[in-house]
Amino acid sequence: MLSPIILVPAVLNGLLTGAVYGLIALGLTLIYGVLHIINFAHGALLTAAMFAAFFAHRLLGLDPYLAALVLTPLFFGLGYCLQRFVIGPAGHGEDRNILLVTLGLAVVIENALLYAFGADTRTLNLDYAFNVVDLGIAFLAVPRVIAFGVVLVIAAVLWLILSLTDTGKAIRAVAKEKLGAELSGIDVAHIYAITFALGTACLAIAACLLIPTYYVNPHIGNAFVLVAFTVVVLGGMGSVTGALIGGLFVGVVESLCGLYLGESLGQIGIFLMFILVLLFRPSGLFGERA
Amino acid sequence: MSHWSAQVTRRKLVQTTAVGAAAAATGLINAPALLRAQGSPVKLGVLHPVSGALSYSGQQGRLGATIAIEEITAAGGIKALGGAKIEAVLGDAQSTPEGGNAEVEKMNSAGVAAIVGGYASSICLTASQTAARYDLPYVVDVGVADNIVTRGLKNTFRFGPGFGVIAKTALDNLVTINDQAGNPAKTVMIVHEDSLFGSGLAKLLNAQLPERGFQVLETIPHPTPTRDFNNVVLKIRAQNPDLVIPANYYNEYVLLARTMQQQRVRPKGIYSVLGGAASSYKFVKEFPEAAQYIMDCNHWFDPRNPKALALKKKIEDRGEFYTYEVFMNYSCVLLVADALERAGSAERAKIISALESSTFSGHVMPYGQTKFVNGQNQGAAPVNTQVLGNDIQVIFPQTVATAQPVFPMPRA
Amino acid sequence: MRGPSIRYIVLVIALLAMVPLLTASNVVLNFLVVALLIALVGQGWNVLGGYGGQYSFGHAAFFGTGAYVTAILQMRYGVNAWVAFVLGIAGGALMGAAIGALTFRSGLKGSYFALVTLAFAEVLRILASVAPITGAGVGILITLDLRPQAFQFQSRAQFYWIILALVAISLIIVRLIEQSRFGAWLVAVRENEDAAKAVGVDTARVKLVAMIISAAITAAGGGFYAQYFLFIDSGIAFGPWISVEALLAPIVGGIGTVFGPLLGALVVKTLGELTKLVAGDAPGLDLVIYGSVLIVIVAFAPHGIAGLLADLRMRFARLRSSVPEGAHG
Repeated sequence: MLSPIILVPAVLNGLLTGAVYGLIALGLTLIYGVLHIINFAHGALLTAAMFAAFFAHRLLGLDPYLAALVLTPLFFGLGYCLQRFVIGPAGHGEDRNILLVTLGLAVVIENALLYAFGADTRTLNLDYAFNVVDLGIAFLAVPRVIAFGVVLVIAAVLWLILSLTDTGKAIRAVAKEKLGAELSGIDVAHIYAITFALGTACLAIAACLLIPTYYVNPHIGNAFVLVAFTVVVLGGMGSVTGALIGGLFVGVVESLCGLYLGESLGQIGIFLMFILVLLFRPSGLFGERA
Repeated sequence: MSHWSAQVTRRKLVQTTAVGAAAAATGLINAPALLRAQGSPVKLGVLHPVSGALSYSGQQGRLGATIAIEEITAAGGIKALGGAKIEAVLGDAQSTPEGGNAEVEKMNSAGVAAIVGGYASSICLTASQTAARYDLPYVVDVGVADNIVTRGLKNTFRFGPGFGVIAKTALDNLVTINDQAGNPAKTVMIVHEDSLFGSGLAKLLNAQLPERGFQVLETIPHPTPTRDFNNVVLKIRAQNPDLVIPANYYNEYVLLARTMQQQRVRPKGIYSVLGGAASSYKFVKEFPEAAQYIMDCNHWFDPRNPKALALKKKIEDRGEFYTYEVFMNYSCVLLVADALERAGSAERAKIISALESSTFSGHVMPYGQTKFVNGQNQGAAPVNTQVLGNDIQVIFPQTVATAQPVFPMPRA
Repeated sequence: MRGPSIRYIVLVIALLAMVPLLTASNVVLNFLVVALLIALVGQGWNVLGGYGGQYSFGHAAFFGTGAYVTAILQMRYGVNAWVAFVLGIAGGALMGAAIGALTFRSGLKGSYFALVTLAFAEVLRILASVAPITGAGVGILITLDLRPQAFQFQSRAQFYWIILALVAISLIIVRLIEQSRFGAWLVAVRENEDAAKAVGVDTARVKLVAMIISAAITAAGGGFYAQYFLFIDSGIAFGPWISVEALLAPIVGGIGTVFGPLLGALVVKTLGELTKLVAGDAPGLDLVIYGSVLIVIVAFAPHGIAGLLADLRMRFARLRSSVPEGAHG
């Protein structure tokens, strides 16, 4: 089992899967870093985005990679409205209430999808879905390689937005010191909404990257969310770099644990790692020291 | 996808909610009279997980049951009860045992004569137990756990096969198919989902395969849901078994098959047992390439039975897929209707007796006449299917076969 | 501390105990048993989260421990059901001590604490799904044996009284905590842990004790579940569903109050039933309404139902005494 014939492809697979985890975690970590809320609705929003990507192809004939151009602004808007008009007002700024609101949202979104589209699993059968990049030692599915590349680009773009734009600086200001930011004239409610919107936009892109190789039904978001939380904590809450590197790391750990312990027990690797990181380095790999 | 209309009637209020039941119990609302007048409808509980993780299977099950009820009503109802119609009392088990349990209580309070369904073993176990408190006949539609019928509950009947029979049949048939092809398969890898159905099956297979001359290279459990099968397929490729035996639900099966196709892994045969997608028209339609030559040992209708084929057409005309939940539930409802006819009464005890002595053959499964011993239908067994030429054919047993097995799989 | 007196608690319990005398409807009794079970589990959560301010997302760890210990001891070792139940509570307390020791010693707080408890629950779930002793994927079926000695009853009413008794004990425990010095320390930790430490409170020990009590109460719920439904598997015992229920009831009902979890459980479960009524048979629709109403409740009752009631009481009192606004304390 230690033979490179298995090890190398497993690590490569882990990196490819981890990239998508990283993208999903990016949104979550931003939302946590700035709003300090654990967004329980993240999984349901991912599911909604995947349905959107699916129907974009089924009804409009849009290839998922093109659909991303349409869905990203759409979900950006959706996220903005959700935070500005639902979560923010209903939560009254109390952590536990915001938690329940996002929980309620998750239930609403998932079941609205169930009611509207039914329970069956849908998949896109795209021509290029089965193409592989033949590296000799490993076959890498083309859509996953593309996903890897796109995630790196998005992470870089996000980092640039946060560092160089005014909005980005405002976001970082609010994350660091909300009161001070408010006093210096920043519209905190607006910044919160923008941040949440960025998070859901990331989900829209992740959905378009996943749909060629995965399937969609009203419950799939849940499968990714727990892992995404692990990545967020591992990378450090609020850190874009952390989310990306954390994602890749978790992907590889998951892959190797699955290889050695079996897919069922292997899942334990992610959570044990999570616990160890929290016990010994709670701020995560790249997070701010608490 | 049809939408059931949300009608709020007084009856529904009492039937479907604890609030309503409380009101009825305290006399605030008049509960429906428990004495049934001649010719008035017989209520049948139809319990399925139509929301939650198992929603697709639950909805398919409900579909099969409700179509059977419609047909019975259209054919004049239960003759022995003066043409009484069957009235469905639908319940959503919400994919949890507590949900199923609560629905059984409501159905009992609404005065159902019997309950059909459950789907998942865990739901069937708790629901049938609750029904037993009221001597309410409970017919399990799919749930395969052996202990469903070994608890000594007089009210519980299972029309389809349990694990033990399925595993044994699958193995017997595999040996026969392998022998007929000249024994090309010696080594096996099992890939199974890690909850009740997959684990139970894997355990039995692991015990019995070596006795039949097969070598199990590895048994790989995986959770439901599993996000990625690349590692599993890597292991399959590395160990190169002659046969891969999957036992999992639809979504995971699809991912596994697609990943195998992607990674160019092609064993001599894929012999699924209770495969989620291996004998699914949906899978064949959506992934014809990945589905070719896959064999399954699963619940399947009798392909010689015109009723089964008529039902297939009806379901497909509605734009739905003809899945096992549909024809199993359809058959279970017909079974109950037959029991009602023979009992000549909607009394629960009489229905239980009627089921115990049932010799029903008006169903659509290849089981022959029903015969229940300790609640288990003795004739129930899975059959072997194979995807050949974009259609699912029955390859074994010979008595119901529609095609010859193609084994080993031809090289791509 | 302000709160209901023990006499008041006993009165409420006495009233609730009369329900089976008023109705024979098993639908109602079953509904109430499940609601009270959630109230018990939520009360456990409330000790740590409501009074201690440490929100746990992984109370399934304790629920599942109670359930599995009860089931395993009975089915694999032939232990009497009641003894197994008590040992299940002890097991839960031990699990609480273990997890508490690990997490509080590392100084984990807030969201980090919440997420690490989630991770512990998941680790237990995964282990339970593969370990032979828990039956792995197959789960454990407790043999049907409707005798009181086996902690199983023919009548739902008897189960109802048992869970009611357990809830009563939990209410009294919480009230006693409220009135004790330990309770004062706990609330001090919740309000401002650093300040509490500064005045000499052993915050780590206080949190640990709270966690142990919290875990024991929740484990009792797990053991009861096993006896009531007679079947558990890893998803039922350690799944996220029970961790969510554990925090939903107290937050909706009013955290940090004695009756909060009970109120919350009744409200949330009744809401579930009402939405089923309104939505009919369409799958998913009832839950859409449920989720929406939940959001509305949170929006309009940010301190939970108990807070809302307290608010109304205050407004009513204000109206009656018609004291000018500013004069209120």
